[in-house]
Amino acid sequence: MATSKTTDEHFEDLLRELTPQVLGAVVRWSGDFAAAEDAVQEALLAAATTWPRDGRPDNPKAWLIQTASRRFIDEVRQQQARRRREERAALREVPLGEVEEYDDTLRLLFLCCHPELTPASAIALTLRAVGGLTTAEIATAYLVPEATMAQRISRAKSKLKGASFELSADPDRLRNVLHVLYLMFNEGYTSTSGPELHRSDLSSEAIRLTRAVRAQLPEDGQVTGLLALMLLTDARRAARTGPRGELIPLAEQDRSLWNHDYITEGVALAVEAFDTPPLGEYQLQAAIAALHDEVDRAEETDWPQILALYGLLENLSGNPMVKLNRAIAAAMVDGPDAGLKLLEPLDAELAGHHRLDATRGHLYEMRGDRETAAEHFRAAARATTSLPERDYLMGKAASLS
Amino acid sequence: MTKFMLLMNMDGGNCDVPMLEWDKADMDAHLKHLSDGLERLRQSGELVEVNGLTWPKHAKVVRANGVSAPVLTDGPYAESKEVLAGYTMIDVESEERALEIAAEQSAAPGPGGVPLEQPIEVRRVMDSDGDLEDY
Repeated sequence: MATSKTTDEHFEDLLRELTPQVLGAVVRWSGDFAAAEDAVQEALLAAATTWPRDGRPDNPKAWLIQTASRRFIDEVRQQQARRRREERAALREVPLGEVEEYDDTLRLLFLCCHPELTPASAIALTLRAVGGLTTAEIATAYLVPEATMAQRISRAKSKLKGASFELSADPDRLRNVLHVLYLMFNEGYTSTSGPELHRSDLSSEAIRLTRAVRAQLPEDGQVTGLLALMLLTDARRAARTGPRGELIPLAEQDRSLWNHDYITEGVALAVEAFDTPPLGEYQLQAAIAALHDEVDRAEETDWPQILALYGLLENLSGNPMVKLNRAIAAAMVDGPDAGLKLLEPLDAELAGHHRLDATRGHLYEMRGDRETAAEHFRAAARATTSLPERDYLMGKAASLS
Repeated sequence: MTKFMLLMNMDGGNCDVPMLEWDKADMDAHLKHLSDGLERLRQSGELVEVNGLTWPKHAKVVRANGVSAPVLTDGPYAESKEVLAGYTMIDVESEERALEIAAEQSAAPGPGGVPLEQPIEVRRVMDSDGDLEDY
């Protein structure tokens, strides 16, 4: 539903968009992440007080960079211990007017998703520095006290001291950035906590950031594939939980609740990504998601094609979950016995994992073996660490016995 | 990140006796070990919450009684094998890390600096992630 935005909201949107670019520019120029962040915060405060009064400058980004750079230098000047750095900093040209157009948001993202950081730290730092969320908002999303989150973010920052602020051409670095964004998306998507927790903001944020990466790297199939996967997955959000937060599996979802704008965009991106070699996991997962999303009824799903795609995915990744999904697709194409056979080798790899029992439950149910199905659902319910999933599995077991 | 609750259990039968009879130096060393550990968890951003519980003499046990008012009893009883003395809620990368933190707490020194080796129960918190595979 579109609503007209107030001037205040426009102002906030603009600052939200400019902040990572400004921070990126000041980090690049100063080489000091923590101090640059303080300086940018002060510049934003200055903007909030002076722009409404004196009008917005012609080039807001340059104004913010210049103001933040001045604050940075002031700060340096006040620190006797850092005198030598002050001389270096003061001598450097502060970028004015037009800033080079390679995007500092992307550089900042590469820095925040540094392989030295654990995924959890990288996500928190990215949300704070690139996404512009407050520490309190991030803490709420993770259900930890604000002080705990502040500590994590500041540790992550100090770990990055001296890290190179260069866009690395190393494909591993890009892969790491995409992996962090994927995890961020998943944290928002899989959480069924109440809306007051704003966990779903994590998914929106991940989509927004992935769009920013794609704007810089439009030719990269992995990036396009990841964006497609996120859109096609997020499209189902409203239908995947019921009124009491209960989980609703794909086959039983009310498809009229799906976000069809996202599906249209996601399918187009998935097709484009699939034609952009080399073919990676995100492209394949997006293609599978597109096949699910583009049909109006679960019965119309093109399972043979999904089975083929899981076969390709299995060649690329050793992830046992992929094998598990391939077994499900095989059951949909060739019947439950074919699926059960494919699950057998997973007993060693996924011993005691709830997903293996849950899948067996579904396949025995398909066979009409209700008692065995219920046993597997109960075993899965005991093994899961997720509350909504446990409720779903207990419900399945109860409905079969 | 995964949340775990570490439950520090004391030997119920001894609840009212031992700590009060420790040397002050031993007591200080014991508390310092625990508070240093908690400070490290604060610094690392892994601490969610920590609380010690009042002694069992303050405990009440409530049982609903379908007929009349709930039944209130004292408890847990002195002969209880284990009594919950306090708990720490942590948010950590892995179960391995949770066990490491628990082992540290369990190593808190007792009389004469000998590690008490109290049992620390490690319980994973149920999460709200409905990670239903979207086949």
